[in-house]
Amino acid sequence: MALKDTLTNAYSAWMGAGPEDDVAVSSRVRLARALAHFPFPHRLRREKAEEVIHAVALAVRQPEVVRKVGRLELVRMTELSPIERQILVEKHLISPELTREAEKRAVVLSEDETTSIMVNEEDHLRIQCLLPGLQLEETWQVADTVDTALQSVLAFAASEKLGFLTACPTNVGTGLRASVMLHLPALAMAQQIKETLTAVAKLGLVVRGLYGEGTEAKGNFFQISNQITLGQTEDEIIANLVSVTRRVIAQERTARQALYRERREMLEDRVCRAYGALRHARMISSEEALRLLSDVRLGIDLGVIQGVPRRVLTELMIMTRPAFLVKLAGKDLPPFPRDVYRAQLIREKLKQF
Amino acid sequence: MLCEKCKERPATVHYTEIVNNQKREMHLCEVCAREEGMGSFGFFPQLDLHNFLAGILEPEPAGIKVRPAVVRCPACGLTEREFAAQGLLGCGECYNHFGARLEPLLRRIHGATRHVGKRPVRATAAAGRQPARQDTGTDEIARLKAELAEAVAREEFERAAELRDRIRALEQKRK
Repeated sequence: MALKDTLTNAYSAWMGAGPEDDVAVSSRVRLARALAHFPFPHRLRREKAEEVIHAVALAVRQPEVVRKVGRLELVRMTELSPIERQILVEKHLISPELTREAEKRAVVLSEDETTSIMVNEEDHLRIQCLLPGLQLEETWQVADTVDTALQSVLAFAASEKLGFLTACPTNVGTGLRASVMLHLPALAMAQQIKETLTAVAKLGLVVRGLYGEGTEAKGNFFQISNQITLGQTEDEIIANLVSVTRRVIAQERTARQALYRERREMLEDRVCRAYGALRHARMISSEEALRLLSDVRLGIDLGVIQGVPRRVLTELMIMTRPAFLVKLAGKDLPPFPRDVYRAQLIREKLKQF
Repeated sequence: MLCEKCKERPATVHYTEIVNNQKREMHLCEVCAREEGMGSFGFFPQLDLHNFLAGILEPEPAGIKVRPAVVRCPACGLTEREFAAQGLLGCGECYNHFGARLEPLLRRIHGATRHVGKRPVRATAAAGRQPARQDTGTDEIARLKAELAEAVAREEFERAAELRDRIRALEQKRK
């Protein structure tokens, strides 16, 4: 798939069906890697940063890399408009950080958008793999393959004792950050979210909002990830995260069943109102859209709403974000017409079902 | 029960440390416990990057002659001060250069100082390499230990924790 499709099509492979996808939206693995013999990105001048981009561009075109991981396309941030950069953030393919200092930065994308490699973010390479549902082991395998393939053509900064060396000491060792995005509306409704997430934090894991570091949990979406990268194997890190995630998923399901049993009318009312609003509203802010989409998603999971695939809701979550909306409209929209256009897009999309 | 370390005196200090779910228990006599820098402050402080970094930057205590520390990475020129300000190292070689001083930080962040995961294909930046010049004289460790005992006696626990980390780092380096 060409970059053009990535920027115009909200749908990405990670939004498809996956194991436990009634609660687990997606699984992500990120590997931080630094090139040997280069200062870390924050100390790179522009020419040196360009050398790093060039080295990565050459590496991903090597036949031995293509054979193992498929075709990869490198795009310099300067080739993208600010809106297009923001779209990649909204699709979770790059971090907000990568959109700053665009002249030093690039991204490598695989055809199905499962793999993205950020170039010159905090580290020279940030290999990211994203799969739908709870598939952390599989996601790690994909990232591992990409990493091994790249190591056949690039020399990464590493040491016998500390493993892979990274700009920040919090990532050294495996350079691995695994995370899973969970939709926890019932725990939120039952006001158990704080207790659950506090327990998760005590187990050495970190909880974040929808768009990662420093963002709030909009639409009841939460990301759980590992904190420690040194002194544990990748398999141990993944296994720990999976086992905690499974417990959170079980808790959310219990809360859903309890709510459905005890407060069925209220729950059905809330879900159906949300569906009605999305199908008929004439103006919707992005916050409201996210909240209503969260409710409808729960309705689908409980079987109250039928015939709408979950992936459409994930797709709508991305389509209705500000940058994507501007891209689809083909022009910058002031807030008022933006809300009108957003409502129109949602109506049209849901009419298909 | 006898002290685990000297195996002479009775163990009166029972120490449990939990770092990232790894439990470690030690039973020591008072003397050995003091040497280990525990006892009165028998727990690891919570990770606090700023405090730790401030500790790194503190000038060497007066009256103790320490060989001048190399404060700049020879490969990329990063200084400790810059690291403290940004929390980011400058290049792979920094890990080698600031090695011993980073260990307490790594221990606090990860509860470990050794990588056990996927082996890099080529360990290019030589961060694991032994430094050519050993600047970890035994006399310096002894001096720091004396200072530690004093700090404990004065109940200056923050200072003591810092000394403890420095002693550990030096001992680690010597191994």
